[in-house]
Amino acid sequence: MEDASGWEARLRRVGELVREYYEAPHRGALARARREEDDLFLLLVFSEMMGIPNPASYYTLELLPVLYDRFHDWHTRMGMERSPLDNFRCC
Amino acid sequence: MNAVLLAALGLSAFALGYRFYARFIGRRIFQLDPNFQTPAHAMEDGVDYVPTNKWVLWGHHFTSVAGAAPIVGPAIAVVWGWLPAFLWVVFGTIFFAGMHDAGALWASVRNRGQSIGALTESVVGKRARALFMIVIFLLLLMVNAVFAIIIANLFVSFPSSVIPAWFVIAVALAIGYVLYRKGVPLLWPSVIALILLYASMFVGDAVPVSLPDQVAGLGAPVMWVLLLFGYAWIASLLPVWMLLQPRDYINGIQLFIGLAIFFTALILFNPTIVAPALNPAVPADAPPLIPLLFVTIACGAISGFHGLVASGTTSKQLNNETEVPFVGYLGSVGEGALALAAILACTAGFATLGDWNTFYSTFAANGLDAFVLGGGAIISGGLGLPVHFGQTLLATMAVLFAATTMDTGVRLQRYIIQEWGQIYEIPALNGRFLSTTLAVITCLALAFGAGGGGAGGLVIWPLFGTTNQLLAGLTLLVLSVFLMRKGRPTAYTMVPFVFIITMTILALLVQLKAFWERGSYFLVGMDVLILVATIFVGLEALAALRRARNEVKAARG
Repeated sequence: MEDASGWEARLRRVGELVREYYEAPHRGALARARREEDDLFLLLVFSEMMGIPNPASYYTLELLPVLYDRFHDWHTRMGMERSPLDNFRCC
Repeated sequence: MNAVLLAALGLSAFALGYRFYARFIGRRIFQLDPNFQTPAHAMEDGVDYVPTNKWVLWGHHFTSVAGAAPIVGPAIAVVWGWLPAFLWVVFGTIFFAGMHDAGALWASVRNRGQSIGALTESVVGKRARALFMIVIFLLLLMVNAVFAIIIANLFVSFPSSVIPAWFVIAVALAIGYVLYRKGVPLLWPSVIALILLYASMFVGDAVPVSLPDQVAGLGAPVMWVLLLFGYAWIASLLPVWMLLQPRDYINGIQLFIGLAIFFTALILFNPTIVAPALNPAVPADAPPLIPLLFVTIACGAISGFHGLVASGTTSKQLNNETEVPFVGYLGSVGEGALALAAILACTAGFATLGDWNTFYSTFAANGLDAFVLGGGAIISGGLGLPVHFGQTLLATMAVLFAATTMDTGVRLQRYIIQEWGQIYEIPALNGRFLSTTLAVITCLALAFGAGGGGAGGLVIWPLFGTTNQLLAGLTLLVLSVFLMRKGRPTAYTMVPFVFIITMTILALLVQLKAFWERGSYFLVGMDVLILVATIFVGLEALAALRRARNEVKAARG
């Protein structure tokens, strides 16, 4: 029995290393792509406040407290030093 | 000369080089410190900066630097006989490439994981950086154009490789999908993918695919080049996880499997090298051995491209500074082994000297064909596979390596164009579509501008090698300046630098004359551009070297 678990552990270790081999070189590119998608999502969530009609704003309103932490990073990344929204304060 | 003996000699020389020279430079010159906090720890962010297992990192470094280039170069260069190519690959790897790769990695690790371009700016100056970017762009341009031509020629010479080479795209898309969207563990999909890939080679072997000789007035190789750039255009616009990442992965595994198959078959088959050590009947169109040997074999002996990889991704993931020789030096040794395999395939895989002479009757004889024919013969002799299948296997692998490099190359070109768009405030260049299209168009212009309707063989290959060596020289110079500022010995980087830059400039002049006589004015223009860039960066860096020396003197004095 012990032998079998030893093999299992070894196989799992190999799997982990292979996974690392697969992921490591592209982590950066993937993270950037993901951030771009997230930025678009934030734009959608805040679109109503910026005067862009959004039929889903009633639902996205619930997300605001969750997204608030990321709001500052987002507006600075978008090239706005301060919060662009009148009724949504940031820094 | 027995081929196994030559392989054993080469590989033992690599082992000695790693055991003694790599250890020497690690201790004496880099003075590697096990307690130094590498950028992977100091700036760990879970994205770019991640401490990585040294075997994994070595695997990466090796598979991202090795590809089709260390096969093509030696396959062309054996036209002068096997001895010059062998010596340059062995000694180049031990004293040039190993130092260069490990050095670029170490310098980057000691500078917060900065890329060699950024290092150039901080060590040499802003102008040097701008020139550096132009050189890199030209390098990518040539890689993409040359590799498209190489793949097209392989498809025409070995139509059995067409099905597996395109099938791998479907396999890669499937792996990307199950892994990224379904979160399936990687091990089993990889095994299945490999089985499928090898099965597709059997299918390709049975069903060779050839394009008609003329399509809309264009020859088959030209059509393939156009199709390949169409593919590269799409591929470099797709998200990384969808195609590039799984393709890179399949490729890396193929590289290990391919090397294992080749050297096993070589031992079992035990062939004799039929080619002469020094070719007494070098074809009339061949350029002089010195300096051209040293640019024809670029990757496999020393290559500037490695510095980009070492300082781009590898340095940000190094777990401990003492692993620099293992990852950097041994990574280039891996590529040296691949170049060695290419030399052996192209010199021992032919049945008689007559066959070999007939094949190598011109300089521009498509070297990769020799690799596939010779290597196929060795694999079939050693492993008892049909000759035809051995050829399909090697042709497919060569296509995979070259195509993945193209994917990455076009993407990198696009990044550079986008960066230029930002630097020079041309917002239109920032768009993905326009920048990718521009990248592809410049590559096509080069592929067709080189003459021969896009399939005119590998006239640009030595020019590519020259640019690559130039980049390597610049990296060595930056490294020397850095070492000098630290008060360390610089001879071990300066001697390779002087040698490589002399050969590069000589080769540029020889080629300039040849292009002029042939009337390839497009290539004359590129040659002059590269020459001017070489001279300017060289002068800038020499000035920086002098400044550094004065600083050191002043500090001592």
